[in-house]
Amino acid sequence: MRFVLRRLGFFALTLWVALTLNFLLPRMMPGNPALAVIGKFKGGISPQAVKVLEAQFGVGTHQSLVSQYVSYLGNVAAFKFGSSLTTQPGASVGRIVLDAIPWTLGLVGVTTVMAFVLGTGIGILAAWRRGGRLDSLMPPIFVIMTVIPYFWLGLVLILYVGVKLRWLPYFFSYNYTLTPGFTLSFIGNVAEHAILPAFTLLITTIGTWILTMRNTMITTLAEDYVRMARAKGLAGHRIMLDYAARNAILPNLTGFAMSLGFVVGGAILIEEVFNYQGVGYLLLQAVNNEDYPLMQALFLLITVAVLVAILLSDIATAALDPRTRAAK
Amino acid sequence: MAMLRTPGGPGAPGGTSEPGQASALALAPVGGLPTVGGGIAGARSLRRMARAITSNRKATAGTVLLVFFILVAAFPGVIARDNPNAEIYPRGIGPSLGHLLGTTAFGQDMFAQVVWGTRPVMLIAFGVGIGATVIAMLIGVAAAYLGGAWDGVLNTITDVLLVIPLFPLLIIIGSYLHGAGTVVMIAVITATGWSYTARQLRAQALSLRNRDFLEAARVRGERSLYIIVVEIIPTMTSLLVASFLTNALYAVLFSSSLQFIGLGDPNVTSWGTMLYWAENNEAFQTGLAQWIIVPGLCIVALGAAFALLNYAFDEIGNPALRPVRSMRRNRVKRAR
Repeated sequence: MRFVLRRLGFFALTLWVALTLNFLLPRMMPGNPALAVIGKFKGGISPQAVKVLEAQFGVGTHQSLVSQYVSYLGNVAAFKFGSSLTTQPGASVGRIVLDAIPWTLGLVGVTTVMAFVLGTGIGILAAWRRGGRLDSLMPPIFVIMTVIPYFWLGLVLILYVGVKLRWLPYFFSYNYTLTPGFTLSFIGNVAEHAILPAFTLLITTIGTWILTMRNTMITTLAEDYVRMARAKGLAGHRIMLDYAARNAILPNLTGFAMSLGFVVGGAILIEEVFNYQGVGYLLLQAVNNEDYPLMQALFLLITVAVLVAILLSDIATAALDPRTRAAK
Repeated sequence: MAMLRTPGGPGAPGGTSEPGQASALALAPVGGLPTVGGGIAGARSLRRMARAITSNRKATAGTVLLVFFILVAAFPGVIARDNPNAEIYPRGIGPSLGHLLGTTAFGQDMFAQVVWGTRPVMLIAFGVGIGATVIAMLIGVAAAYLGGAWDGVLNTITDVLLVIPLFPLLIIIGSYLHGAGTVVMIAVITATGWSYTARQLRAQALSLRNRDFLEAARVRGERSLYIIVVEIIPTMTSLLVASFLTNALYAVLFSSSLQFIGLGDPNVTSWGTMLYWAENNEAFQTGLAQWIIVPGLCIVALGAAFALLNYAFDEIGNPALRPVRSMRRNRVKRAR
């Protein structure tokens, strides 16, 4: 119980830091960036929106920094994030963000789970067949796979698979001519559009899972209880899965819980190059359009998602592995 | 913790996966644990590293790649005579003897751009690698050595920074900055990126805390700063090297990603900005595929250099991870 309370305290502290960063960053930068935006859109946006902007970025108000800060925290607590300036002028930021979330969860969420399952499996096999082809030739290739910038791999796949071979679609998440709905053809179309971005993401993330699992598993395989299991004459697959993998998987599981938190942030650059309208794409749109209210809300959302995932993974780890409870 | 920073998305340098970090973690328990004085252990682990580079194939490959890029970054003028920014050639022509990679849509020599573009990338990699390692070292070791309230405060700062999603944060900062040049890029990535290493170094320093050689120094009446710098830090050489490699790798990926989305200074010639201009000028559709392929391959090669070295040092520190076959071969050699 004390452990959980401490983690909750840490959660609150980090959240506060993220909020404060959101508040302070625009005010610390040379030449308040909001001034530029307000100048650019004077007349173009409603006086109301101007007022919101001014409050949010501390322009033209005579309030002290402290009282600005207090009202900012109050707005966030009430889920008031203001309205979008340029991306979808006037629309509420909350609405825009909610529209983008399902696309990111679908694409990045499913791919993250796939990468974890496949990568962990391959890692287990590689360690189990020590010296086999998977174990001796492949690790350098997995290492190199982890350093490929996703956006670049995405661009290359778009060129060769999309433009030249015309095998798969590479723009947006479904064909514009279709009306969204729960029809078979629409769902099929969405799935088809997801293949290339998902594959890009899979290739660039799977190496980490494989290498972490393989390296931990190799250490575990040298443990006495594994030798004991062998001496007892247990079947190979039982030793591999129930004895070695089961104990070696903890680092991967913790990492997995955390990467689920990062799902919400989306594969920012993948969504960008494939024009996939998820959270990451939205964030870059907000950045390009200098839509600061939208940008702040997205950063907050991404941070909170990560924090929740970390909190859950800490609690899960403590439940699974008694040693970690005492260590902290 | 392997998944904390995400440059591109979940783990990429954006999102979720931190390849180098996972392996750096594995290195942690290894760090040259001293039996005698700190300085001797430091020199010894450096020597061990040199031997390792020649005996481990991954380390050799990583070193060769890294030295190659260092040379290119140091002497770009020797390799490419053209001015990378001069827009004086026919636009968008294919590779030829005069222009090894052809020209950009603006009429710049692409080969010269790739060669000269190495310098800012290397500056960022080394700047962040060294900067983040130094900050991590000071904070991590100070936390462990001073203990008590100091440890509590420094450790909390480290942990908070560790869980804030780094790539989105960099994007936000970049968007307020409007075109970050090389120096600003180094400063921002360093300031946000040191926490992972600090945590590892703190753990290592904690394990040393009650060693006799530190007690001896304390009894001699040495000051804390002296003990930290002269006695503790030299025992961490291999961890520091791993930290440098990890941070340099992430600096390359993060900065290239930021430049690609237009948050870098577009007038600096580097691989990331080349990709930015190429994408904006629809390089693929206009038959200039090499404008995208080549800078990307350079990023992969440089990233691979850092990652392979890091992985190799893992194997060196933890012999169990080494390829089985080469272990057998060594045994045979020794038997003869």
